Amino acid sequence: MGNVRVLVLRAAGINCEEEIVHGWCLAGAEATLLHVTKLAEKPALLNDYQILTIPGGFSYGDDIAAGTILAQRLTLELEDSIRQFVDRGGGVLGVCNGFQVLVKAGLLPGGKWDRDRVTITHNDSAKFEARWVRLRVCTARCAFLRNGEILEMPVEHGEGKVMTAGEGTAAALDSQGRIALRYVDANGWHGQYPANPNGSVDGIAGLCDATGRVFGLMPHPDRHLDHTQHPLWTRRRLKPKEPPDGLKVFIQAVEYWRRG
Amino acid sequence: MSIENGSSVSEDQARLRYWSIEVFPAGEAVDGHGNEMLADIRRTGVTGVFQVCSSRVYMLEGGLRERDVRGLGGDLLADPVSERWRVFRGLAEREIEGPSVEVHPLPGVMSPVAQSTLSAVRRWLRFRGSPESHIGAVKVARRYRIQGAAGAEELERIAGKVLANVCIEQGYVQGLGRNDSLPTTLPVPPQRPFCVRHVSLSTLDEDGLRRLSREGHLFLSLEEMEAIRNHYRALKRDPTDLELETFAQTWSEHCVHKTLKSAMVYRGDDFGRSGRVEVRFENLLKDTIVAATQELNRAWCLSVFVDNAGVIAFDDEFGVAFKVETHNHPSAIEPYGGAATGVGGCIRDVMGCGLGAKPIASTDVFCLAPPEFDSRRIPHDVLHPRRVLKGVVGGVRDYGNRMGIPTVNGAIYFDERYLANPLVFCGCVGLIPRKFVSKQVHAGDRIVVAGGRTGRDGLHGATFSSAELTSSHADEFAHAVQIGNAIEEKKLLDALLRARDDEGGCLFSSVTDCGAGGLSSAIGEMAEKIGAMVELEKVPLKYSGLRYDEIWISEAQERMVFAVAPGRLQRFLELFEAEEVETAVLGTFTGDGVLEIRFQGQVVGKMDVEFLHGGRPRRELQATWNAKTWHAEQKIRTRDNNGAARDGDLAARLLEAMADLNVASKEWAIRQYDHEVQSRSVIKPIVGPGAGPGDAAVLRPRLDSYRGIAVGCGLCPSKADDDPYWMAIEAVDEALRNVTCVGGDPDHTAILDNFCWPKVDTAESLGALVRACRGAADAAVAYGLPFISGKDSLNNEFVMDEAEAARTGLPQQLAIPPTLLISAISVLSDVRRCVSMDLKEAGNVIVLASAPVREAGLLTANAMHRRVAELIASGKVRSAHDVSDGGLAVAVAEMCIAGEIGASILVDPVMYTWDLFENAPTTYVLEMDSVAAKEVGWPIIGRAEEDRRFRVWHPTAGKADVAVDDLAAAWRRPLGAPAGT
Repeated sequence: MGNVRVLVLRAAGINCEEEIVHGWCLAGAEATLLHVTKLAEKPALLNDYQILTIPGGFSYGDDIAAGTILAQRLTLELEDSIRQFVDRGGGVLGVCNGFQVLVKAGLLPGGKWDRDRVTITHNDSAKFEARWVRLRVCTARCAFLRNGEILEMPVEHGEGKVMTAGEGTAAALDSQGRIALRYVDANGWHGQYPANPNGSVDGIAGLCDATGRVFGLMPHPDRHLDHTQHPLWTRRRLKPKEPPDGLKVFIQAVEYWRRG
Repeated sequence: MSIENGSSVSEDQARLRYWSIEVFPAGEAVDGHGNEMLADIRRTGVTGVFQVCSSRVYMLEGGLRERDVRGLGGDLLADPVSERWRVFRGLAEREIEGPSVEVHPLPGVMSPVAQSTLSAVRRWLRFRGSPESHIGAVKVARRYRIQGAAGAEELERIAGKVLANVCIEQGYVQGLGRNDSLPTTLPVPPQRPFCVRHVSLSTLDEDGLRRLSREGHLFLSLEEMEAIRNHYRALKRDPTDLELETFAQTWSEHCVHKTLKSAMVYRGDDFGRSGRVEVRFENLLKDTIVAATQELNRAWCLSVFVDNAGVIAFDDEFGVAFKVETHNHPSAIEPYGGAATGVGGCIRDVMGCGLGAKPIASTDVFCLAPPEFDSRRIPHDVLHPRRVLKGVVGGVRDYGNRMGIPTVNGAIYFDERYLANPLVFCGCVGLIPRKFVSKQVHAGDRIVVAGGRTGRDGLHGATFSSAELTSSHADEFAHAVQIGNAIEEKKLLDALLRARDDEGGCLFSSVTDCGAGGLSSAIGEMAEKIGAMVELEKVPLKYSGLRYDEIWISEAQERMVFAVAPGRLQRFLELFEAEEVETAVLGTFTGDGVLEIRFQGQVVGKMDVEFLHGGRPRRELQATWNAKTWHAEQKIRTRDNNGAARDGDLAARLLEAMADLNVASKEWAIRQYDHEVQSRSVIKPIVGPGAGPGDAAVLRPRLDSYRGIAVGCGLCPSKADDDPYWMAIEAVDEALRNVTCVGGDPDHTAILDNFCWPKVDTAESLGALVRACRGAADAAVAYGLPFISGKDSLNNEFVMDEAEAARTGLPQQLAIPPTLLISAISVLSDVRRCVSMDLKEAGNVIVLASAPVREAGLLTANAMHRRVAELIASGKVRSAHDVSDGGLAVAVAEMCIAGEIGASILVDPVMYTWDLFENAPTTYVLEMDSVAAKEVGWPIIGRAEEDRRFRVWHPTAGKADVAVDDLAAAWRRPLGAPAGT
């Protein structure tokens, strides 16, 4: 069994590619950077990889709205290739801006949930905010997560509020296991601001599609790859035994695709 | 009325030249921007307005079919869940539903959103099979429906003060009896015929030269004007306007720091000793700051004072570059854009350091008037400090976050004297392979400009920033406002690093950024030793109609100039194109020592680089200083400074001190900055469970190593009221304290100086400058901290007429306090040994480590810093915090707030002679376990407590017993909630 191979997409304004690549490497995968223009010129390059990753940043300035222009490029130039890639067993991870792109391109929540039902919009605070949050994994479906686990990592965004249209949309997503992560408070329950940093409906922090292989989240697993990144690490007397929470996401995925 | 998406025009396939699409928040969505504007409007004292609904208007020119316009609305411009949209024919047609203000960019102002939208529309048309020629241009406006305004005049005021940024935007008011007509076409820039213009200089007398310097915005002294005149007399011709501009840029205070580099004779009080001295400096900067670095002669200083940034060694493979810039004058006029482009410019300095450093962290420091300053006392043409604060924080946030560079350290310092001259310091740290630290332009290299296009924005920045502000500057210099586009710079960075690291070796032989002075400074500096030939018509323009001299000195942002060997040019250009970065080859570095500039085949400037860079007449200045006179003068200038009450019980004083603006929590600002992007942060600016104020930031420049850097700063302008010499020493001391607190290594710490000074036109004001330079140098030598880079910004004064001064109660010449920012960068061997300032555990004791430099002297103070650093490195310190604004009492209170536990302290005034609330230099508070503390032998002043209460005993000041939560509330209130800012 060879290494898990990951393609990390670059584009104008994407700015978290270095830490995403680092996360994949720490987890034992082999990660390659590629500009979206090059992929659009030769979509068959996807065949060489098992996971496509869209990192965070401000792709094309988030002009018009967050992720909109890169989502347009994916939809117009690469949609069929990406859908075939997922159908063949490939995975897609979108972090922060990458998550916004996946939702706006209609790849999340995926399937019959087209882009008229779910979106990501401005935080209720109308401001960019950086803070650490707690997350609960709410699905057994997602290839990147372990159900029930509590994870800590930072959010850093101005447009991270998941918003749904239509009665019962969020409940339906939940019953289908597509709500992958929720913001929770110190006790593990649904919390108000700042536990839920952006006013996301039903505390949604991350979504996956029906296969569980397409996954996006607003918080940054790529910024909790080492114990010294946790904001309270200087208060710990001993180094924790488990890997840092963010790294767990990458490890879980590598194990999943290694199993095939 | 209910809005159905795209329903307002009849179905037809007609093509129209102009369309507008308005996009609104859907009913269920929160209109965050509208709510924010409502809050801002109410804060200006307008109480009647109760609702603001915001929308965006996309104006499309070219000849789109209606079918395509509708497709664009649904597919691209509006979000199907959170937004609704409506189509209008033409540009000016709108649905009238009550009063509104529409905000348009002024003609010629670059809008990144419009540019992105244009290319997205083109792409959409291409994939739909519609002709791309159907779209020619896009303009984007913001529209606000406003409920509750008293009248059209009030709307107009709201438009000017809150909604529109009048430097770059125009507001159109509709309703309540007003009906401004919206533009019906997109603006076309004026076209001007090309002819070479000469300035008659040879015949001018002294008065004529003075007038020309002032009216032409050259800001050159009479001696300098005479030198240029005599030079051209000898050449037997007049200079072209472009040549004269080039001298003005190259010889500007901003570019050559002519005051600090002048010869100076100082007569006055001795430095740190009693008595009077006379000292002659050949070059003030070289004989103080630079001399300190030379004396220290540290092998790990890789590049000092020669490049865009200073570089020190990080490990065997990498160095770290650090640069701090000011962007004061532009930020006074347009805080958001000024701060944003300040950040962008400093990042480019680091990108253009050596053969390119990768920016890994930013810092920002603001000096502002208090945000609650009485708005009736604001001079004409001065922005309210609340608006300045909000603008500069927003500018740093948007530029830094978009570039993906974490903003990790900074300060906000308040003093009324910054009212008309707010200070904005932007810093950037970069990681650079040591093999790329030096660069060299070769004759024959091609000149390539890369990045953003050139427009009329930012003309005269270098000369403007070197002048004092007057109340007419806002109008006169609106064109000095620069517009930033962070994504353009991010693309440039991506391309630059790829070209640097290309398999076959770096693709360019030199690089520098286009900052103040634009191409004239960038190419002029690179050609300093060898000369160049430049063809200005090759510069890519944002719009046609620019004159050749405007192209030459434009300060349009996000541009860098590269020197590329002909053999590597092709690959260089291809690589940049792949990163979506525009490039143009402008000419060649020639080797003939002549800077020749052409436009459309004609020579518009031909200058000898030796005279351009070496012909500036040097001055010898007189400087005097006398403590008594200085103190008398400072009393006139300062008002309400350090006004914290000394009476009252200790608990009340403590709560008041926590709420002092210079102490109060800056969390509101810090949380808006992405301080973790790039995943390097170890000690963050917000510390502990209670979100306390970190002393310095710690980062891991290499993700594959635990070796780290600490970044901190020192700033204490109020101490200059007493003596600028000690102010400078204490600023250095504070910067060192901050990096030491987190685990920095004083033996591997470098510092940077940023002088921001009032006018330096008198011997007394120069005397203050000399004292600060000497103080900084003395501290640097004693503490072993080499300066590696620096910058100065002089003439930070605002001049009012008598009537305005009387009306506002401000002095006619409103000068900032002499301000010196010291930034420190320290290399540490293992970040896992770092310490944060939050109190960790009840039962630990609190140790005072104090040897205030002013009493103890530099040698004793240095020993104290080093002992604290050793103790922290030994792992025996659980938390460390430095005593600065607010004094010892506040320092311990902050540690309690951050750790969410309590403390009791007993301070003996015999042992610690400073007031509990006084900023005491060379003083640290350390938390240790009691056994370790006894071994050290320093005074134990208290212990951490289980309950969340802070208890203080002081024989003369009294005692206090306050809940930590109450201290935290008082500390968070002033700048805490979005309210007020």
